[in-house]
Amino acid sequence: MQFMLLFSRQGKLRLQKWYVPLSDKEKKKITRELVQTVLARKPKMCSFLEWRDLKIVYKRYASLYFCCAIEDQDNELITLEIIHRYVELLDKYFGSVCELDIIFNFEKAYFILDEFLLGGEAQETSKKNVLKAIEQADLLQEVRHNYFL
Amino acid sequence: PSNAAPPPRPGRRRPQRPQRRPSRRSIKMPAVSKGDGMRGLAVFISDIRNCKSKEAEIKRINKELANIRSKFKGDKALDGYSKKKYVCKLLFIFLLGHDIDFGHMEAVNLLSSNKYTEKQIGYLFISVLVNSNSELIRLINNAIKNDLASRNPTFMCLALHCIANVGSREMAEAFAGEIPRILVAGDTMDSVKQSAALCLLRLYKTSPDLVLMGEWTSRVVHLLNDQHMGVVTAAISLITCLSQKNPDEFKTCVSLAVSRLSRIVSSASTDLQDYTYYFVPAPWLSCKLLRLLQCYPPPEDGAVKGRLVECLETILNKAQEPPKSKKVQHSNAKNAILFEAISLIIHYDSEPNLLVRACNQLGQFLQHRETNLRYLALESMCTLASSEFSHEAVKTHIETVINALKTERDVSVRQRAADLLYAMCDRSNAKQIVAEMLSYLETADYSIREEMVLKVAILAEKYAVDYSWYVDTILNLIRIAGDYVSEEVWYRVIQIVINRDDVQGYAAKTVFEALQAPACHENMVKVGGYILGEFGNLIAGDPRSSPLVQFNLLHSKFHLCSVPTRALLLSAYIKFINLFPETKATIQEVLRCDSQIRNSDVELQQRAVEYLKLSSIASTDVLATVLEEMPPFPERESSILAKLKKKKGPGAVSVSDLDEGKRDGGGELNGAGERGPESSVVSTPSPSADLLGLRSAPPVGSAAQGAGSLLVDVFSEAGPLAPASGVNDDGFLRFVCKNNGVLFENQLLQIGIKSEYRQNLGRMYLFYGNKTSVQFVNFTSTVSCPGDLQSHILCTPPVDPLVEGGAQLQQVLNIECLSDFSDAPLLNIRFRYGGALQNLTLKLPLTINKFFQPTEMGSQDFFQRWKQLSLPQQEAQKIFKANHSMDKEVLKAKLLGLGMALLENVDPNPENFVCAGVVQTKAQQVGCLLRLEPNIQAQMYRLTLRSSKDTVSKRLCDLLAEQF
Repeated sequence: MQFMLLFSRQGKLRLQKWYVPLSDKEKKKITRELVQTVLARKPKMCSFLEWRDLKIVYKRYASLYFCCAIEDQDNELITLEIIHRYVELLDKYFGSVCELDIIFNFEKAYFILDEFLLGGEAQETSKKNVLKAIEQADLLQEVRHNYFL
Repeated sequence: PSNAAPPPRPGRRRPQRPQRRPSRRSIKMPAVSKGDGMRGLAVFISDIRNCKSKEAEIKRINKELANIRSKFKGDKALDGYSKKKYVCKLLFIFLLGHDIDFGHMEAVNLLSSNKYTEKQIGYLFISVLVNSNSELIRLINNAIKNDLASRNPTFMCLALHCIANVGSREMAEAFAGEIPRILVAGDTMDSVKQSAALCLLRLYKTSPDLVLMGEWTSRVVHLLNDQHMGVVTAAISLITCLSQKNPDEFKTCVSLAVSRLSRIVSSASTDLQDYTYYFVPAPWLSCKLLRLLQCYPPPEDGAVKGRLVECLETILNKAQEPPKSKKVQHSNAKNAILFEAISLIIHYDSEPNLLVRACNQLGQFLQHRETNLRYLALESMCTLASSEFSHEAVKTHIETVINALKTERDVSVRQRAADLLYAMCDRSNAKQIVAEMLSYLETADYSIREEMVLKVAILAEKYAVDYSWYVDTILNLIRIAGDYVSEEVWYRVIQIVINRDDVQGYAAKTVFEALQAPACHENMVKVGGYILGEFGNLIAGDPRSSPLVQFNLLHSKFHLCSVPTRALLLSAYIKFINLFPETKATIQEVLRCDSQIRNSDVELQQRAVEYLKLSSIASTDVLATVLEEMPPFPERESSILAKLKKKKGPGAVSVSDLDEGKRDGGGELNGAGERGPESSVVSTPSPSADLLGLRSAPPVGSAAQGAGSLLVDVFSEAGPLAPASGVNDDGFLRFVCKNNGVLFENQLLQIGIKSEYRQNLGRMYLFYGNKTSVQFVNFTSTVSCPGDLQSHILCTPPVDPLVEGGAQLQQVLNIECLSDFSDAPLLNIRFRYGGALQNLTLKLPLTINKFFQPTEMGSQDFFQRWKQLSLPQQEAQKIFKANHSMDKEVLKAKLLGLGMALLENVDPNPENFVCAGVVQTKAQQVGCLLRLEPNIQAQMYRLTLRSSKDTVSKRLCDLLAEQF
């Protein structure tokens, strides 16, 4: 996977994760272009599209679009389920996740993503294991809090 | 969408922490979740969200930036929590799309905090915001190093995530040695191994040269056997990437992958616990395993192969079983594995049974209610169509695919359908497919029209059995989608009509009819003008298309056309004067009018003036010669195909390559091959560029050469004439007096030469430099000695078939001179570039003087021998104008390069040069004397060569006369 973008129906970028080195300018250009392309598509359309030399896999969950760019030999359907698993992880962690959770806790959204995907590849697909890792980290924070406050 | 995960609902209540959720009207802020909340951050984010305008937002951000800046600069040392909070705010501001130019140092400080939460935010900031050339990289690397050494798995993972996220070269330099050790160490925790594997993958992708293979590689392969599924899932991505580059080193992974796959495929859906996803066991790992196997050919070991085939069959069987869940996640995961398995089957391309089963399975998907599956099935079938085992099976779905082209609502799906139709096309269904594609073109989306046009043009050409169908198809193309018909397409129809005399009459009739339409596309006018100019005579017998009717029809379009088209029409008019003398007066009238002869466009004006002149002063014979019918085009590969390949990238049109192998000669439209000896031309990527001579000479090019000097007067101002013969000898003469240099260069290829000679032997090093970034396929270079040259020279070459992008290939020629010679060997180079066949023939700069042995002698000796060689046939002499500098030192250098001895103080006139040498051949030695007498005032030379052999004197004199 080359990158993952989360954006709202209004085209606001909520999360961006890049697995290839690109300049900020390129990233902004790509984001603009893709957000436009994906938002222009109708609901019943196919979740995949060719874009430059990449394949775009996207899916909408409520007000949020999850959009991944994968390479030619990558598998579209399994990428669709990567998106879904990430949504499940967020959902489980935040307890019925909504866009606001991702806005206000963007750092958590990044931490969860890093546990799940690393360098653009699935690192740990077990929901339990990912959440365990995140919860352990949270525990470290709670402990520190209780200890220091 | 109906998904399993509860869709996020904006604005739902969270009863467990209502007190932290302010009312939706005032500040929209959700409960800060578990762990360590940063209240200040939440307030800031709410503020931003409440901003009514972009300006307000920027104002608020600037206020915050000023605040943070003053905090960072302030005297009071910030505690870790505040630092973290401010760094996090900066990160948020950056993610909103604003530039951040400070705070990096504070973030780096956080890295060395011993509080996890501060460290974590520090790493996040670095991952998102630090670019590789940052000066801080040393500090960052230091912090990472400490965390990697901490033996605290949580810290180690954070550090590894950071390396994987940044993935810079500096990090690779610092950690590419350490991470493999962590990865394979016995006591590394599973979670750290997972991160290490993918971290290493990222580094390998950015800096493959820094990740050195070693003892760890074999141990990495065995991670495929690891108990922990997560470790296998992560490690396999690394193994796949490494195998692609070092297949031999990793080939043991094949049997391991097969057994792992086999275990997963045969496991019950509950066996793998949390790695089962919606009743599908380990879908991600299965896909990755199948993907890894695609890096290798089918396993050689019979048992392994048997087990793998069993797996693939099981996967295909499962596709037929009723679904275990109605959820789309279940079917997606299951089908992801199925498609990956089909990719592997196609990759092997050796199991007819599996290929046909795969095709049938995809056939079912073609009618599935899920758009995604239809899309993927169309895509996957495209590759199946290129396998000889499944091509026929794919063809049975033609009606479904045509239907998809007509009815799919999503353009990307229709595009796939069009691709598949193109891929499955062969002689048996070409007419149907071309017709469907043509009718689709009428309503096709603009984004894909050009590609569709190319495809239709290619199919029509490739599978035409009768040329009238081909001509009809292309004219239809122009009619329906004229704007999208690129030059290559209409050049091509003209080339083919010129090359096939059985279609010329039909073509003339058809374009004539097409031009009757009140509004016709300019491309139609171009084709019409060209074809009627060449073959209008074939329909002139019919009074409805008499010469004057034809002319008036063409000329009625003239004023609406662009300059290049008008130029083409003017050429058609002059051809009319030749074909139909009765039109001469009318056409001269047109040429003579001010709008032509004084046209502000210089090309049009020139044509009008010259054609008018030509038609008035040249005799009928001259006209007939100059304006003769175009000779057949020698080019063999369709330039359209090349264009399509270029558009889609190499490999995208593999199907047609397959067919090329199969097709019989009879269907080949471009008859150049049948029409005469194989001609060799320099085909640049746009071989049709000089087809109509729009930008260079008037289109009398090759005919003019035959007409010789008759034309010189008329066309003395005209541009260069198109080269008639295909041999390129531009570089040849430059090498008479030197042995090293660049012989040839175009956009694709540079050929350099180094050579050395001793006695009658020589060695020539040819360097082929690929100037593109793409590999040349089927690169061959052969040296041939035309005529009886082979009895004079022996050349022995071999060459590798590949010239990689940007790479140089060297070829060594060993040369033996048997006896003296005049002609030069020819070097023929062929290769495919982006699909187009390039064919190039060069004259090899091998000349008789290369075998000179210099002979020193005194004045007396010289003139004595000079007198001995006084028979008229022993002497060759030329008097010629100087073409280059007459500077003495320059001349000396050239004569020395010639290979003879330059004799000082021999000639009584110090301005003259004399040389002596012996040509060494196997058969005999030929003594040669040379005298060059410059006349500076007249800028002339007299060159005299005397030798014991007339052919040698003559050849040397000819060669040298071009050098000074």
